[in-house]
Amino acid sequence: MLAYLIRRIGQALLVIAAMATIVFLSIYAVGNPVDILANPNADAKEMAEISARLGLDKPLWEQFGLFVWNALHGDLGRSFVFNEPALKLIIQRMPATLELAFVALIMSIVIGIPLGVWSGLKPDAWSSRAIMSGSILGFSLPNFWIGLMLILLFAVQLKWLPSGGRGPTTDVFGIPVSFLTWEGLRYLLLPAFTLALYKAALVVRLSRSGTREAVLQDYVRFARAKGLSPTRIVLVHVLKNIMIPVVTILGLELGSMIAFAVVTETVFAYPGMGKLLIDSIGRLDRPVIVAYLMMVVVIFVVINLIVDLLYAALDPRVRLQEAE
Amino acid sequence: MTDTPFSFDKGESLWRQRVGDYFSRPSAVIVFILLVGLLFIAIFAPWIAPQNPYDLSQLDIMDGRLPPGSKAMNGMVFWLGTDEQGRDMLSAILYGLRISLFVGVVSTVCACAIGASIGVFAAYKGGKVETFVMRLVDLQLSFPAILIALVLLAAFGRGIDKVIIALIIVQWAYYARTVRGNALVERNRDYMEAARCLALPRSRILFNHLLPNCLPPLIVVATVQVAHAIALEATLSFLGVGVPVTEPSLGMLIKNGYDYLMSGKYWISTWPGLALVLAIVVINLVGDRLRDVLNPRLAK
Repeated sequence: MLAYLIRRIGQALLVIAAMATIVFLSIYAVGNPVDILANPNADAKEMAEISARLGLDKPLWEQFGLFVWNALHGDLGRSFVFNEPALKLIIQRMPATLELAFVALIMSIVIGIPLGVWSGLKPDAWSSRAIMSGSILGFSLPNFWIGLMLILLFAVQLKWLPSGGRGPTTDVFGIPVSFLTWEGLRYLLLPAFTLALYKAALVVRLSRSGTREAVLQDYVRFARAKGLSPTRIVLVHVLKNIMIPVVTILGLELGSMIAFAVVTETVFAYPGMGKLLIDSIGRLDRPVIVAYLMMVVVIFVVINLIVDLLYAALDPRVRLQEAE
Repeated sequence: MTDTPFSFDKGESLWRQRVGDYFSRPSAVIVFILLVGLLFIAIFAPWIAPQNPYDLSQLDIMDGRLPPGSKAMNGMVFWLGTDEQGRDMLSAILYGLRISLFVGVVSTVCACAIGASIGVFAAYKGGKVETFVMRLVDLQLSFPAILIALVLLAAFGRGIDKVIIALIIVQWAYYARTVRGNALVERNRDYMEAARCLALPRSRILFNHLLPNCLPPLIVVATVQVAHAIALEATLSFLGVGVPVTEPSLGMLIKNGYDYLMSGKYWISTWPGLALVLAIVVINLVGDRLRDVLNPRLAK
């Protein structure tokens, strides 16, 4: 197991190093941030000064070397625009994005499981067919447009919910969160629902197929023979068994939710990491773009690593296969 | 292509039989007609559209932001309203659909050709080549497509060609994986053995014998993937890293309307969005039907 652990961690570090190189080179290959940062009347001398101050006058390999050296010391560069450490900017915005992703995750479970179980119990009813068609829409419709339509309906026409931004926050262990007050929650509802739709469609499909399999199992038949009420069989016995795959997959999908929050945050002008990324791309604020991407790469690699290690711990065959 | 026993009855080819299967359901026929209609509109947009939305001499700023059904200064009726520059939304949507479908289809076809070639080659070669390619595929698919495309476009800049290249890079891995899975099964079949015994050149074995037999699942994936590519392009354009302002796709039109949404001018975003949704849903439904027809496990 130790050999497997070391090999897997080595591979993960290799992936991070490779991604760092790709990300750095692709972001630094284009555009000149000085054009955007300098005021329009600046002459060539001022432009050169700005360039030198940001270290952009150095050759690419030297910039890259410096980036790697600093990154190894936990410094991913200073934002050109805010003149603050890029990592700090991202970490400041991280709670907002994580809060959005978690609320969306919970919503997708609360929406997805009942609908999935229902359509799994009655696969031929018209309501089940409607749910399944709905889940196809949830998969395929462009998420940002659904967000816009929700704004149009609930914020512009009905005026029930705010159209964007983040609500008032309260500090919990120094982390600002907004889900504790109703006012803060109102700001979260629409973006979280939009973000949750895609995953809810996934949960519907997973719990439907899980339910269809579970109801044929002996333990359900036995529970029925014992004379348990159908509600109890579904709520206690079936639900417990289908939760395992659903929770596993959703855990894996958390990373992609954080990445997809880029779109949702832009639609709802929500001040999270994703909005910061889009704004930084528009302003060619390279250190922030690179820092965000490295952050996401690390999150993904870590999630995948944990899953792989758990599998290996639970199933010795995986370890043996790797060793061959 | 090698014949399978099914194709001998009544001299009907397998492909013709599958086409017949596809149209055996009325709903599939309707969806197919809708798809042909959308393609027709996209191809002939310049001749169908009431105005050329990008010819500034035809626009009048006085007609800006009119609600649907309003009349222009010159008497033309804007059935779907106008945007901030007095552009007829109906015309803009027809042109936008053209660009969206173009980007979706071209990127998918290229990605499919590239991915399938790499996948079939990897499966045929086996060994280290295969391991390397599949590791690369796994690595790429473990990151969300939207993020990879976003980075690529942040690096490339805006442009239809750049969006297409980014979408090809994002998508090739799906096809490589699909084809490789199928080719692993096919490469041990008798006809492959026969081809090898005849000492046919490798390229001929790969592309004339192995690849055609991996096509059915590829077609299904490619159809659904066109819809994904269109949605992805729309999302990227909405985020401001996709197509340029001068060649707006449906996503770009929706982005333009986003600023006016809050003031209740719903039509600038809503109609292009509905066109986008219609295109995506129709393509998905065709893909679903193709899956049923081409899946040998579901065949009667």
